[in-house]
Amino acid sequence: MKLPIYMDNHATTPMDPRVFEAMKPYFMEVFGNAASRNHSFGWQAEEAVEKSRKQIADLIGATSKEIVFTSGSTESNNLALKGVAEMYAEKGNHIITAATEHKAILDTCKRLEKHGIRVTYLPVQTNGLVDLEMLKEAITDKTILVSIMYANNEIGVIQPIAEIGKIAKAKGVLVHTDATQAVGKIPVNVIKDNIDLMSISAHKMYGPKGSGALYVRRKSPRVQITAQMDGGGHERGMRSGTLAIPGIVGLGEACAICQVEMPEESKRMAYLRDKLKAKLEAELDEVYVNGTMEHRLPNNLNISFAYVEGESLLMGINDIAVSSGSACTSATLEPSYVLKALGAGDDLAHSSIRFGIGRFNTEEEVDYVAAKVIDVVKKLRELSPLYEMAKEGIDLSKVQWAAH
Amino acid sequence: MAYSNKVLDHYNNPRNVGSLDKNDPNVGTGMVGAPECGDVMKLQVKVNPETGVIEDAKFKTFGCGSAIASSSLATEWLYGKTVDEALQIKNTDIVNELSLPPVKIHCSVLAEDAIKAAIQDYKKKAVTKTEAVASK
Repeated sequence: MKLPIYMDNHATTPMDPRVFEAMKPYFMEVFGNAASRNHSFGWQAEEAVEKSRKQIADLIGATSKEIVFTSGSTESNNLALKGVAEMYAEKGNHIITAATEHKAILDTCKRLEKHGIRVTYLPVQTNGLVDLEMLKEAITDKTILVSIMYANNEIGVIQPIAEIGKIAKAKGVLVHTDATQAVGKIPVNVIKDNIDLMSISAHKMYGPKGSGALYVRRKSPRVQITAQMDGGGHERGMRSGTLAIPGIVGLGEACAICQVEMPEESKRMAYLRDKLKAKLEAELDEVYVNGTMEHRLPNNLNISFAYVEGESLLMGINDIAVSSGSACTSATLEPSYVLKALGAGDDLAHSSIRFGIGRFNTEEEVDYVAAKVIDVVKKLRELSPLYEMAKEGIDLSKVQWAAH
Repeated sequence: MAYSNKVLDHYNNPRNVGSLDKNDPNVGTGMVGAPECGDVMKLQVKVNPETGVIEDAKFKTFGCGSAIASSSLATEWLYGKTVDEALQIKNTDIVNELSLPPVKIHCSVLAEDAIKAAIQDYKKKAVTKTEAVASK
């Protein structure tokens, strides 16, 4: 076993060597511009692009023509939201999203609000799920888009996308989903799930960074978006820019591997995750899982160790790469807004750790991580005045703190 | 973020972790911060009533590594100081000693506040004690 251990696979995943092998020829040998229609260099590049398009489409139940290549999910999210807002401006100016979305959605919405779009940010329940009744009530005759993420990047909670899609469709509203964390990990099907637009990223599924796609539905309904980048009219006019072939080949290969290996892999992920959880819960009191375990990515565990601050825990497990919702680990000095949205309380947000298990983690690594975390949490609780008070039977919520 | 060696040393080998009897009239307790802010420090001093010298200091901290190091360092510095000398400890001294980056300055401020709170608590107890003696 090699240290440090990487267990932060929601942030990014290491490249699968098979993906890298597939990409290799497209740096030096096949370097053509896929838009060059009149020579073999261009044709070869185009062939690689079309193969990738098919691999992506197959994984998500779409057709090749519905795949628009982008630089990643952030761009896909921007293109979907801004592109729909602009294209359907005459129909309405209202978008519905959720409080726990990624910043690439929330900040895009904030930008749109400055341009006259009205945005409803649905709260989530304590289990992390959107309340479907609230969604129904939020839809008005001005609503043009509902954008709810498939699976959350912090807590791994999977939203009821198919039902959300059904509700939106019944009212003639388009549905976008940021499926960055879901595609390749769990079965996603744009038809069954009633999805009109979907953001995909390569580097969350063992592909390269800087490569992603936006699924744009072509039939029932035919979705149109206004391009956000002007140029040569690539990608059927939706996203200009010469296609980045190596990244596109990598995304396609990553999807193809996921499609074959997902059934086995997701079982293995769930086994390792559940083992980690069981070990932590057996050895430590007052640990709380954030978000429902029932609807959750198989590789995610987001857990709060009460009375221990997240950054100090990360410092003690410095040979393990994970992340924390603690304010001290963020640039803004604010604890995770996702955990706050669950209503867990800021104190538990400060104490949270996100484990993201991946394809290349071993059972030995999981055992090591569990033992190390248990050891450090125990040590830090010895150091924690809050743990001492709790053990004395003091109700911490009733204490008058000198907040600063 | 990279931690200074001194922060790492205090984090890995915190000095004077523990609790003193808060009901002891010679013990002053300071508790500052709040769980929702991500840091709470409890700092205690035991003062020799004859000499005014701090003979024991203990801490417990919920917070990041820099908060733990700041309070650990504070207890180290308190040993052997008189209460008035202890009040001279400034957060900037802690920042310099531990080479804290700007985002961690609030940890040192909290440590200074904890020292002041502990000594204030001790002084308050001493006054009550004197009053109790006087009223007898």
